[in-house]
Amino acid sequence: MRPFLYQKATDPGMAVQALGAAGNNPLTRATAQPLAGGTTLIDLMKLDVMRPAAIVDINPLAQGWSAIEPRDDSLRLGALAKMSDVAAHDGIQRNYPVIANSLKLAASAQLRNMATLGGNVMQRTRCSYFRDVSYENCNKRNPGSGCAAMDGVNRMHAVLGTSDHCIATYPGDFAQALIALDAMLEITGASGTRNMPFAELHKAPGNTPDIETTLRPGELISAFVIRGRWPRSVYLKARDRQSYEFALSSAAIALDVQDGTIRDARIALGGVATVPWRAREAEALLKGQKFDDGLAQRVADAAFAEARGRRHNGFKIALGRRVVARALQQAVTMEI
Amino acid sequence: MTAAVPEPKANMGQSVPRYDAVVKVTGRATYASDMPLADPAYAFLVTSAIAKGRVDRFDLDDARGVRGVIDIVTHENAPKLKESKLFSNGGYAGTTIEPLKSADIAHDGQIIAVVIAETYESAREAANRVKISYTATAPSATFDSPGTTTAAAKGQNAQFKEDPKVGDFAKAFDEAEVKLTASYDTPTQHHNPMELFSTSCAWMGDNLVIYEPSQYVYGLKNGVAEQLGIDADKVRVVNPYVGGGFGSRGSMTPRTAIIAGIAKRLNRPVKLVPTRDQGFTITTHRAETRHEIKLGARRDGKLIALRHEGAEVSSRPDAYCVGGTKTTTRLYACPNVDSLVSIVRADRNTPGFMRSPPEVPYLFALESALDELAVKLNMDPVELRRINDTTVEPIGGKPYTSRSLMACFDEAAKAFGWAQRSPAPKSMSDGDWLIGHGCAATCYPTQMGPSAARVRLQRDGRTRVEIAGHEIGTGAYTVIAQTAAERLGVPLEKVAVFIGDSDLPPAPVAGGSNSTASTCSAVMMVCDQIRQRLFKAAMPGDSLTDKAKETVGISPAPSTQAAKSGRPPDLDKAFDALGVSIVEEYGEWKPEGAPPDSFRAMHNGQVRLVGGHTMKDQIAYAFGAEFVEVRVNRFTHEIRCPRLVGAFSAGRIMNPRTARSQLMGGLIWGMSSALLEATEIDERTARYVNDNFADYLVPVNADVPGVEVILLSEQDDHINPAGVKGLGELANVGTNAAICNAIYHATGKRIRKLPVRLENIEV
Repeated sequence: MRPFLYQKATDPGMAVQALGAAGNNPLTRATAQPLAGGTTLIDLMKLDVMRPAAIVDINPLAQGWSAIEPRDDSLRLGALAKMSDVAAHDGIQRNYPVIANSLKLAASAQLRNMATLGGNVMQRTRCSYFRDVSYENCNKRNPGSGCAAMDGVNRMHAVLGTSDHCIATYPGDFAQALIALDAMLEITGASGTRNMPFAELHKAPGNTPDIETTLRPGELISAFVIRGRWPRSVYLKARDRQSYEFALSSAAIALDVQDGTIRDARIALGGVATVPWRAREAEALLKGQKFDDGLAQRVADAAFAEARGRRHNGFKIALGRRVVARALQQAVTMEI
Repeated sequence: MTAAVPEPKANMGQSVPRYDAVVKVTGRATYASDMPLADPAYAFLVTSAIAKGRVDRFDLDDARGVRGVIDIVTHENAPKLKESKLFSNGGYAGTTIEPLKSADIAHDGQIIAVVIAETYESAREAANRVKISYTATAPSATFDSPGTTTAAAKGQNAQFKEDPKVGDFAKAFDEAEVKLTASYDTPTQHHNPMELFSTSCAWMGDNLVIYEPSQYVYGLKNGVAEQLGIDADKVRVVNPYVGGGFGSRGSMTPRTAIIAGIAKRLNRPVKLVPTRDQGFTITTHRAETRHEIKLGARRDGKLIALRHEGAEVSSRPDAYCVGGTKTTTRLYACPNVDSLVSIVRADRNTPGFMRSPPEVPYLFALESALDELAVKLNMDPVELRRINDTTVEPIGGKPYTSRSLMACFDEAAKAFGWAQRSPAPKSMSDGDWLIGHGCAATCYPTQMGPSAARVRLQRDGRTRVEIAGHEIGTGAYTVIAQTAAERLGVPLEKVAVFIGDSDLPPAPVAGGSNSTASTCSAVMMVCDQIRQRLFKAAMPGDSLTDKAKETVGISPAPSTQAAKSGRPPDLDKAFDALGVSIVEEYGEWKPEGAPPDSFRAMHNGQVRLVGGHTMKDQIAYAFGAEFVEVRVNRFTHEIRCPRLVGAFSAGRIMNPRTARSQLMGGLIWGMSSALLEATEIDERTARYVNDNFADYLVPVNADVPGVEVILLSEQDDHINPAGVKGLGELANVGTNAAICNAIYHATGKRIRKLPVRLENIEV
C-alpha cells in the first residue's frame, strides 16, 4: 500500500469534482478512486494492484443515495444501499427474488453489511494473476504484458466473452440480476445526472482489458432502476463451498409465464464470463413457447454455444448448461 | 450434534472449561506480535517472483526514497549466519535452503530482501518499490515435470529407516482370489494457521529474546543460537499463546536468525509480520503424494497380500518425506506385505510436518482401497475391516498395547445409522441431491518424548507449574493444570501454569500428538516428588509407599472436602514439619525405551520421540472410525457433507471437552482435506497461485452443519504414566477416504484424486 490523500465527500458535486480532477486515465487507473464499502478497493491497494493518490470517501452521500424504493411498476435502488439491506427487504424478496438471492448468495454476512450496490457492480476480477503483482504478465494491470492465466491455473476463469488478451472472470452475482432485468443506471457526473442501460456499463476485454467499464473518472453510479416486477425469477449459483465463495457458474433467470406460455424470458450468466453476461439468443428460444425439459436443454446449449474452455475451466461449459437448465425449471415451477 | 461438554466416562478426566478461555474470548491473550517492544523497527519481506535462477540486480533507489526506511538487507549486506542443519540430521531447521546467503533462488517466494523501516507501512511501501532483475531458469514444478529426479527414500532420509515388508507379497498376490490395484493422489496443502508467521527479536546486551509462534521453543532457541554462533543460554523464545500450528511451527525457518541478526546490527528490536501469501513459501507445507495400492484377498475377505508404494515431492537439497507405509503396512492382519517410498525432487521449498503428516495421505490410499475391495467382495466395508482386525501388527509381530478399532466402528456406525444405508450405489437420494454414506478407519501412533517440569506448592494450596510446553490451541494449559490439581489434591483454580517460554524446564516439540502424554507424565512425576517430600517430613519414620496418598491428605483426585476447604487438611502439618512455606521440585521424565542421550537432547532442543511402531516389544496407536454423509447435486454436481460422525479411543481422556474440540476440528479438517484444500501450482513457473484465504478454500460454518464426536472409554497401562494416547492428529485421518467412499456410494463413480471438485463428479 502506498500513501494516499483521504478526502471525505460533502455532497455529490464535491465528490465528482474531486474524482474528475484526477484526469483522463481509464477509470481503473484513475489517480483518485471513490471509497464506499471498501471491500474491493482496500484489498487491491494492500496488494499494490491499485495505487490511487487520492481516495474520495463517498459514504457521506448515503443519506441521499441509499434508499430502497419499490414502486408499483418499478424499483429504484440507491447505489450506496448495503447489499445486506437490499437482500433482506420484503418487497424485493417478493417481487424480485433474483435480486434478493443474488445478493444473499454473495460474499459473507460481514462483507454484505459493508459492501454497497454500486461498489459491488464495480468489483474487479478475482483472477489470481491480476491480484498478485509479482506476476508481470497481466494485460489488465500492465497493458501489453501478456496474460499469465491464459495457460496457467485457470479453473476459475471465463469461457464467454474472452479475448486473446484476457480471460478474467467478472466475479459478482448482483450484476447478473441487473442485466437480466434490463436495469438502468443513474450516473452522476460533473454536468449532472445521465441514464444508461446497465448492459452498457461493462466492457468485454477485447484488446484493452484494462478498460473495464464505460464509466469515466468523475462519474459515480448513484442509483439502479428496474422497470416492472419479476416475481418469477431465480438466481442459482454453483460453487465449491456452501457460503462465502464465488460462482463457478450461476444463472439469473426471470420469466413472464401466462397460461403456460412463456411471454418474456431473461437469462444472465455469472462465473463463466468476462462481464455480466446476457444470453439473448438463448432467451429468444423460450419466447412464446410452452416449457419442457427438451426446450430447457436447447436453451442451455444455446447459452453456451460460443463458449471456449481452456485447460482447467472447460468443465464450466457443461456445468453452465446444467445450471441454466435447472434454473429454468426452478423458475417455471416456482410458486408465486 | 453431541454436547459441547461431554459427560466423562470411565478413565476420563473432568470436562473443565479451558484454562485460557477468558483471556482468549476477551482478546487479552498476547500472541507474539502483540508483545510490546521498546521502539521497534519494522521488517517487511521481499520474496522471489521466480522459482529457480538468481537475482542479477536490485534497484533500490525508489525504495530507499520512502520516508522512514532504515535499511534494505539483501544477500549483498545480510548478517553473516552459520549453517543450519536439517532437524532430521541433528539440526533444527526445516530446510537447508538458506536465503540471503547468495543471489541464488531455489524456490518460489524465497526471501531475497528485508526492508527495515520506522513503521510497518513504510516498510511495506518500500518493499513494493523494490525492483529486481532476475535470470530465471526453467523450474521443475511437481510430479511429471521435466527435470525432476526420483529415488527411494531409504538411504537418503536418515529418519526413513525401512520399507516395511514381510512374507512373499508377489506370490500371494498372484494367487489371490480377489485382487485390486489402484492409484491415488493427494495435493499440496498449506497449514494456514490464523496467526501469521511473525517474529520479533530484541537484544539486551548479549541476550536475545525472540517472540515467535513456535511449536518447539527449545528447538528454536538452540537453532537460532547455532546460526548466530552464540551460547544457547543467551537466547530465550517466548510465546505463551500460539495461534495454531498444525506442524508449520515445529521446525526452525530461516526468517528467525535473519531478523535476530538485523536486530543485533541495528541495536534495536525488530518486528516482522509477514503477509498471508508469504506464509505459503517461507515455511513448510504438506507435499503432494502419489500411491499405488495392491490388495489380494480370499473370497471371505481375508487379506493375504498388501503392497503400498508411495511417492512424495521434496525440494532439491532436502530429502523430506513422511513415509506413511510404516502405518499402512501394520494396520490390518496380512501375512504378505511389501512397500516402497520414493522421493521426487523438484524446485520447491522443502515440505514439512502438517497435522498427521504420514497418515493423512497414506491412509487415504489404503482406506479407499479397502472400500474398493469391499465392493469387489460384495461385502460391508465395516465387516471387511472386522475380518482383518488384529491385535498383532504383521511386520514385526508385535502386539498392540490396546486397540479399540472395531469398538469405534460399532459405536460410530450405531450413532450414524449405518444399518439403514442401502448398500447399492446411487440408491439413495433427496430431491436434487444424491446421498452417499461412507466410512473409514483412522489411527495415529502414540508417541512420547522426554520432558522436564518444575512444580511449586504453597502452604495454602496455591500451585505453580512451569514447563516449556506449547498452547497451540489444543488445551495444553488446561490438561497440565488438571494433572497437577489431581495429583496434588488441590483445587483446580489454585493451579497456575506457565508454558511457552524456553527459560522454563524443557518439553518436547508440540508435534506428533505427544504433548499431553509427555508433559502430563512429567508433571505427574514432579508432583509425586512433592508429595514424597511432604510425606517424609510429616512421617519421617515411615517408608515411602503409596500410603503417601492417604497420609498426607493428598489424594489422586480432588476430594469434596479438599475442594471446599481450599486445601487438604494435613498439608499444614507437613509444611510445619518441613519448616518452610513453599515446596518446589524439578524433575526430568523420559518414556520407557527412550535413547540414552534423551535428557541431553531434550535440553539441546532435539526431539527424541518414542512410541508408535518404534517401541521395543509392543506397538501403540490410537484408533477411530469415521462415517460421513455426502450429498451430490445431480444438476450442479456440488458436493456437500452434512454429517460427520467419528468415534475415537485414545487411552485416558484428560478432558472430554478439549478432546472433543480437537477431534471435531480434525473431522472438519479431514472433510476439508477431501473437498476443498489444495495449493494450486503453476506448472510453468513452479509458483503457488492461490496463496491466500480467498482462493485456498477452507470450510465455513455452513459447510459443517453436523459434526458428532464420540469418545470411547479405553485404559492402556503400557504407554506412559498418564495413560494418554495423543489424539490431536487422530480425527483428520481417514476422513478423506470416507468422503470418497461416500461419493462412490452416492454416484457409483470412484474418485482417487484429491481434492474432489464438482468437475470430477459424474452422475
